[in-house]
Amino acid sequence: MQKKYNGKINPRNAVYTAVAVVLAMLPAFLNPYWVDVLNSIGIYAILALSLNIIVGHAGLFNLGHAAFYAIGAYTAAIINTRFGVPVLWLLPLCALTAGLFALIVARPIIHLRGDYLCIVTIGVGEIVRIALINNVFGMTGGANGIFGIDRPSVFGYTVRSPYQFFYLIWAFAGLTIFLFHLLEYSRFGRALNYLREDEVAAEGSGINTAHYKLACFVVGAAWAGMVGNIYAAKMTIISPESYSFWESVLMFTIVILGGSGSIPGVLLGAFLIIGLPEIFREFANARMLIFGAAMVVMMIFRTQGILPSRPRSYKLSKLRAGEGSP
Amino acid sequence: MSLLSIKRLTKSFGGLTAVNNVSFDVEPGQIVGLIGPNGAGKTTVFNLITGIYRPDQGEILFDQQAVSRLPTHRTISLGIARTFQTIRLFQNLSVLENVLSGRHCLMKSGVFSSLLHTPRQRREERAALVKVLQYLEFVGLSDQAEQLAKNLSYGNQRLLEIARALATEPRLLILDEPAGGMNEQETSSLVALITRMRENGITILLIEHDMSLVMRVCENIVVLEYGSKIAEGSPEEIKQNRRVIEAYLGTEDEE
Ligand SMILES: Nc1ncnc2c1ncn2[C@@H]1O[C@H](COP(=O)(O)OP(=O)(O)O)[C@@H](O)[C@H]1O
Ligand SMILES: [Mg+2]
Repeated sequence: MQKKYNGKINPRNAVYTAVAVVLAMLPAFLNPYWVDVLNSIGIYAILALSLNIIVGHAGLFNLGHAAFYAIGAYTAAIINTRFGVPVLWLLPLCALTAGLFALIVARPIIHLRGDYLCIVTIGVGEIVRIALINNVFGMTGGANGIFGIDRPSVFGYTVRSPYQFFYLIWAFAGLTIFLFHLLEYSRFGRALNYLREDEVAAEGSGINTAHYKLACFVVGAAWAGMVGNIYAAKMTIISPESYSFWESVLMFTIVILGGSGSIPGVLLGAFLIIGLPEIFREFANARMLIFGAAMVVMMIFRTQGILPSRPRSYKLSKLRAGEGSP
Repeated sequence: MSLLSIKRLTKSFGGLTAVNNVSFDVEPGQIVGLIGPNGAGKTTVFNLITGIYRPDQGEILFDQQAVSRLPTHRTISLGIARTFQTIRLFQNLSVLENVLSGRHCLMKSGVFSSLLHTPRQRREERAALVKVLQYLEFVGLSDQAEQLAKNLSYGNQRLLEIARALATEPRLLILDEPAGGMNEQETSSLVALITRMRENGITILLIEHDMSLVMRVCENIVVLEYGSKIAEGSPEEIKQNRRVIEAYLGTEDEE
């Protein structure tokens, strides 16, 4: 069989490219304030994408994702301020500590179902936040947190202004989207979906469900840990307040509202949940009301989210043409 | 040497003994029927074999290996596959991906090769898809590969469960009431399918309510009543067994 290019452009790729081009040009037209809003959106988008692995793909309710984000941020802050290791070099270490922490806390709770798991993850998030306030190991700086974290540097250039951070954050977001898309189309990604759809049937089809429950927590946590690193470097000062229950709620809401299990959905969710309140800042008091009402309406009329996940498609015609008789 | 050997198996739920001291063997290449009135403990035996429940007493040997303490996914990768009495498909996934789940235990890609789509991962995916199409062809669902499982007819959902089980390349396939909800035509093509699977070297253990189907395809039949084995033998022997006629056909009349 020879490969033939059919001349059609994949519409999804076209949309992604168009959005990426527009996004890349946006900072040229925006003041620093609005670029910073975009940076926030980017950070929440990556966090929500990492949570989407757990909540969207595996269907495990996790309302304590901020804990993993915090572990990554504090890892970067502590090692950077004490030993002067450049922040971005610490990305793998932040992934490791957050992932390891997830492995340890998730192992005993992973067999819990639905709402029980959800409540326990809230507890985990709160324990981490309170531990940070109480200055665990004398390293987290208590309620004041840690300050004096270095700016990241990329190829010798220090990333300083919101404009520069914009490209760092969104490059990481782009990489995340790309890799998580591949993950979705893989044995790993499918296993998480089988788990979500029917745990007994998944196990009965030969899938080690306990392993995949843990693995999705570790992957999601490791990614949130890396976002923590970038956030710490962006703020140069971090404190426990940045990792409150509300942060976990925001990430969770982005996933559910945008479209559980859907990368475009989660991205749109991040723009709406983080971006809209900024646009409607004038209506300071009313905006939370509107936000709440919008959530209620969504959950009644479109439970699968604004851009729900779509079934994966496989290029079957090619395989069929290439296959012999069974 | 028996492929599957059930030895003095007992399982209780609270005060109810669902399976009581049951023993029987399945020889390689056989089609064995497990029959009995509703609530006799047939599904429980299947759940014990596949590790969904743990036996209170007794032993299950598959190919000489004790499997009753293994987690379910391990028994599957050893070569036992099953279908469920109440259909348990991944309803919101495609027919194709339902069968792909069965390939999972024969594939290797981990999280990193899945994130990066390494050449080996791509080759593995392609090979798995080709296999899946063959299994769909085998059960006659290949033209519905891209449908969502929930959109299939009831009979086709049963076939899809069989395809998913076959995809694990089992040596022993256990089917829990595969003809449940099928019409006559579907049932007779199911009989043909079971025969073809046996021709491909798969040993089959079958729970079925449709007596004519059991009598047609099984070489050996085990009869349970109230959790205990009351008879075992060829279809002819079972048909003439007094206790079976009383126990099984008795309840059938009451229904
Ligand atoms: N998980 C369970 N908990 C309690 N009782 C059960 C459970 N599974 C089966 N049973 C009981 O065990 C008995 C046998 O059930 P089952 O094996 O499903 O029968 P069959 O498949 O022969 O119709 C029934 O009385 C049923 O109610
Ligand atoms: Mg049953």
